Amino acid sequence: MKYETIIGLETHVELKTATKCFCSCPAEFGGEPNTHTCPTCTGMPGALPVLNKKVVEFAIKTGLALNCEIQRYNRFDRKNYFYPDLPKGYQISQLFLPICRGGYVDIETDGATKRIGITRIHIEEDAGKLIHSGASISDSDFSVVDYNRSSVPLIEIVSEPDLRSPQEARIFMEKLRSILEYIGVSDCKMQEGSLRCDANVSIRPPEQKEFGVRSEIKNLNSFRSVQRGIEYEQIRQAAVLDEGGKVIQETRTWDEEKGVTHSMRSKEEAHDYRYFPDPDLVPFVAEPEWVAKIAETLPELPDARKERLTGRLGLSAYDASGVIARLATADYFDEAMKHTGDAKAVANWILGDISAWLNSNNLEMRDFPVAAGNISAMINLINKGVLSSKLAKTVFEEMLKSGKAPAEIVREKGLEQISDAGALALAVEKIIKDNPKSAEDYKAGKDRALGFLVGQVMKETRGRANPEMINKLLREKLS
Amino acid sequence: MKVSAQEVQYIAKLARLEIPEEDLALFVRQFNDILGYAGMLGKLDTEKVEPTAQVLPYGNVMREDAAGTPLTQEEALSNAPAQKDGGYLVARVMEGGGV
Ligand SMILES: [Zn+2]
Repeated sequence: MKYETIIGLETHVELKTATKCFCSCPAEFGGEPNTHTCPTCTGMPGALPVLNKKVVEFAIKTGLALNCEIQRYNRFDRKNYFYPDLPKGYQISQLFLPICRGGYVDIETDGATKRIGITRIHIEEDAGKLIHSGASISDSDFSVVDYNRSSVPLIEIVSEPDLRSPQEARIFMEKLRSILEYIGVSDCKMQEGSLRCDANVSIRPPEQKEFGVRSEIKNLNSFRSVQRGIEYEQIRQAAVLDEGGKVIQETRTWDEEKGVTHSMRSKEEAHDYRYFPDPDLVPFVAEPEWVAKIAETLPELPDARKERLTGRLGLSAYDASGVIARLATADYFDEAMKHTGDAKAVANWILGDISAWLNSNNLEMRDFPVAAGNISAMINLINKGVLSSKLAKTVFEEMLKSGKAPAEIVREKGLEQISDAGALALAVEKIIKDNPKSAEDYKAGKDRALGFLVGQVMKETRGRANPEMINKLLREKLS
Repeated sequence: MKVSAQEVQYIAKLARLEIPEEDLALFVRQFNDILGYAGMLGKLDTEKVEPTAQVLPYGNVMREDAAGTPLTQEEALSNAPAQKDGGYLVARVMEGGGV
């Protein structure tokens, strides 16, 4: 790359409160249109907002988890603009005095840890939803407005322009999701819009000190599109510079299907939001005692969890990262570890067969039907030599189907590994007798013949023979 | 502080208001009258007064996160001039909005 890419992310997080930010309407996603509204969240004249305490607690909790300074004195501002999804004609936000400042998140890139600064976190309310009648905004004659989402609480997390590649941006977003999931402030469902991100992207020649002109990319609705959208944008900007042109400061929207960004409007004619303090809401003070109380509710965070897995439990950094990334997976791992001592095997099953099954069924860990204790019991059977690794796959599939305990499946299906030397010796002798050519080959020094013979014994015993023992027995008999 | 005719036009545009040319001078005068009146505060000595955005003697007015009863869809839409599929029907949305 001829240019260096500079990226800062603005992440909007819908908070998992029961009610909206400034009224007692349900904040949950969905519902029939306009069934979660009241005079306040539809901007009726005279209706007054009252701040939801939980929103402040969640914002503080997030700030603490992201190593921010919690600001003592807080107030809300009005951001004024006209759009039908905004019934009051303004959005309540915190421009001047955000609740959190100056934090950081550590991410892993190429095996190294990189610290990404958090500029600020502020509280604001979400807008309603417009449903356009045509295929897109431009060919709709009218729009239908649903205010269920109007005034659902959001926090906006603004990063420093510390990210240097589309991949780093994606890793940062994934890390943010981990932390937000762990502290339980949001569902973090990108597909339902509870986690959304805009990216500020600029490029500069390596020798240049100051940042280039940036564009803001909107509509990055999945981790994949965060990476792809920024990848596209850095190439587009490089092409503009290479042709001797100038990048203009503008807002662009990511088109996931076409894989391009489109200009939305240029900042030259940007809005004048006329921010001013909201006179309907009195200031609030986050007293240190309150903040300390909230700090006590912080759970073990992803970094600490990873350390526990790589430390005492001896997992590799790679496996530990895979296990801890999502809370449901990390909890599943912990639950499984209550029933077995083999951390490595639990991680292998989670990152291997379990992940593969979830991916192929388009499901998430929280939907996984097999109890963690049964995975542990299966691992214990393997470690005790009762079940072969190969037949464990059969047990795994049967657990998915019937939900039965592994020991029961082994018994019912007769999958128990044959480790009885006498029984195996008979099978080995039979195979040697049936395959004299291979036996001779092995004796003549062709090691590969042994593999064939092992395979034949496995076949003879329907996969139940203990492979290590067959190996040993074959070597003995053929030497 | 002196507000110009252009500034009044600009503010009118932001508020989606159209001001006929013949009324412009009137609004310019009124703007300046109001701002001049509020401007009297600038003459006071506020050296020892802390800045504030609120004059009410309250702080930390918050409610618990407990759900109330929202309006029904019918109630919510009862003032809507036009509706469709349970939503408020509005004219086609033009450029220049969005969060
Ligand atoms: Zn409401």
